[in-house]
Amino acid sequence: MENKNKEQIILNTKERLKIKRHDMPAQNPAKRVQNFKEVSVGYSIEEAIEEAKRCIDCKVPYCIQGCPVSIDIPAFIKLIEKGDFLGAAKKIREKSSLPAICGRVCPQEDQCEKACTVGKRKDSTSVAIGNLERFVADYEAEHGKKNNVSNGKNLYDKKIAIVGAGPSGLAAAGELRQKGYRVSIFEALHEVGGVLIYGVPEFRLPKSILLREVQILKDNGVEIFTNVVIGKTITVDELLNEKGYSAVFIGTGAGTPKFLNIPGEELNGVYSANEFLTRINLMRAYNMNEYDTPMKCGKTLVVFGAGNTAMDAVRTGLRLGYSDARIFYRRSRNEMTARLEEIHHAEQEGIKFDFLINPIRFIGDEKQNLKQVECERMELGEPDESGRRRPIPIKGSEFVADIDAAVIAIGTNVNPIVPSSTPGMDLNKWGYIIADEKTGKTTKKGVFAGGDIVTGAATVILAMGAGKNAADAIDQYLKTDIW
Amino acid sequence: MYEIIENKSIGEGVNVYKISAPDIAAKALPGQFVILRVHKKGERIPITIADTDKNSGYITILVQTLGKTTHLLSELKAGDELADLVGPLGIPSEIENFGTVVCIGGGFGIAAVHPIAKALKNAGNDVISIIGARRKDLLLMENEMRSASSQLLIATDDGSYGTKGFVTDILKRLIVDDKKNIIRVIAIGPVPMMKAVSDFTKQYNIKTIVSLNPIMIDGTGMCGACRVLVGGETKFACVDGPDFDAHQVDFENLVNRQRFYKDEEKSSYECHRKEHHKEQ
Repeated sequence: MENKNKEQIILNTKERLKIKRHDMPAQNPAKRVQNFKEVSVGYSIEEAIEEAKRCIDCKVPYCIQGCPVSIDIPAFIKLIEKGDFLGAAKKIREKSSLPAICGRVCPQEDQCEKACTVGKRKDSTSVAIGNLERFVADYEAEHGKKNNVSNGKNLYDKKIAIVGAGPSGLAAAGELRQKGYRVSIFEALHEVGGVLIYGVPEFRLPKSILLREVQILKDNGVEIFTNVVIGKTITVDELLNEKGYSAVFIGTGAGTPKFLNIPGEELNGVYSANEFLTRINLMRAYNMNEYDTPMKCGKTLVVFGAGNTAMDAVRTGLRLGYSDARIFYRRSRNEMTARLEEIHHAEQEGIKFDFLINPIRFIGDEKQNLKQVECERMELGEPDESGRRRPIPIKGSEFVADIDAAVIAIGTNVNPIVPSSTPGMDLNKWGYIIADEKTGKTTKKGVFAGGDIVTGAATVILAMGAGKNAADAIDQYLKTDIW
Repeated sequence: MYEIIENKSIGEGVNVYKISAPDIAAKALPGQFVILRVHKKGERIPITIADTDKNSGYITILVQTLGKTTHLLSELKAGDELADLVGPLGIPSEIENFGTVVCIGGGFGIAAVHPIAKALKNAGNDVISIIGARRKDLLLMENEMRSASSQLLIATDDGSYGTKGFVTDILKRLIVDDKKNIIRVIAIGPVPMMKAVSDFTKQYNIKTIVSLNPIMIDGTGMCGACRVLVGGETKFACVDGPDFDAHQVDFENLVNRQRFYKDEEKSSYECHRKEHHKEQ
């Protein structure tokens, strides 16, 4: 193995560019819609090494700039090429504490892989950085013998409280613990992970992988308290003044669902995507023989929206047993915000997409159970403030469709519990916390914030980046006491 | 972590639990609730906090055995632990010195109205409480309600105790016959009772507050399962309530949403009872 690799390392750029991108092997669509197991099955060792050879180790590695946490991508990929997978894992962990998750859920096509030089050439596609990151993290979990547990030391007496165990909070906790602080995470739900546990389905991110990453944090000495609603059970001020925390990081996300505000939305069978996904993912309602939380299943499920949450919901519906699970979206295919890979997976699984359709009202039976939805067709006009072409209703185009369940996946608002219970911290007009983009500093001394609670709904990796940056700023603050 | 200190049956299918929860006991205010899970594969259910003891660090809840989860709960003994307990949740009830207030508890709602009546009395109100049940033996917390009120009136459907009839009959008497200057009514109980109270006080323009009990999952505002229509607007009972202005509430919608999982709840309970039977 070693000799063979040595020989291959001296491939020249031209030879490297000739290698075709290795697609991620996946479960067969017909089979996978009948289970909740992970769709992508991951690279073999050989595939990973072959894919790693495609990296041309650019002088200016733009991919690093494309990564919100600045992982040294060429360095870890070259280690894969040499067969040093644990070394590669260590390299990634210098910058990211959750590689198995990021490798799976990051929209790499908009980040590291978008910036990849190889992908910019004609007839070439970017190096599969996400797939490689995932491979390394999974390899490490299987063979690493906890070699990643290295920084369980208390270098400082100061304690830091992390509010919310989603991606930003977990990243901040990992980083601060590595710096030698005592870290406690407070989570409102009974399980940690935030959107990674209640939102992202098992078939995209197995819970065992999330638990594995969280276990590493715990092994490193991060304390986790579940069932604590900061703002209700304990306030931010109490953490600072009574419970002995020197700094607080707020990473509570943007978890309040938006509704369409149309007639009939209160009918039975109309769900927010958050409720639908929480019942199934967090409460395991897909397995009602074993778990107590109920869930209904009918024939036709329509999901309104076209982001990643909408894809997660519609694909979940299909696996739950809806024979017809489809997307209604008021714009066209081009404006969909979901990851291309997810859209592709959904289409493979038989999800139908209906574009330029806007719901007007839900119609129920005498028991107020959802039966139908009335919609109108749309056409695209001039671009709106989001830069996307504004959908305009076509007069006289109304129609009624029979449906058994509707899932509203049109975005989220801020959850007010923490902001409204923390005096002295400025909020913007939508109720999100105002915080410095680079440091996460809020207008309240000792309190930092990051992720969706600052930016509104964004991505997992951006939240992690914010958590990491805030960790650096907290370290600075605790060493200098300069605000 | 969440140890059951006491589990006592206080009547047919109703148990009173004292649960160790120092953080919750320290913070809970009247009108707030907790969410609990009995076991690791269990569901999350909301329960009103009926009382707290800050010094000893426990909360009191009353739970009626209606389905699988509450049945599992009823079988826990002192020393057993809940899988999860979180709170206090929801907005506390408005407590001020209003003047004369009427606190109405119907059936199981008595447990929820009790801490509010107590707080209103402490705030200097003249608290007239009306509690009602189908029969005498189903009447909860009579003594506690008596000490939380300046006057306690009782109704039973069958007349086995107190006035025969509904709590609304007594309320009518207070308003129409006694011409009491009632500033505010707080009514908690089955939806038909809350609706009847609301319809009646509306005619007299008396501010009326009800505590709503829709289906909940997280209880922290992230899912909207508990959404209710109030004044034509969608509100989340877990973060905007559970107390709302009764005259604005769409009760019919609430009842229909509460019923949605009836079949699943029934079969889950039946399954559980069958298995349970086998084990014994």
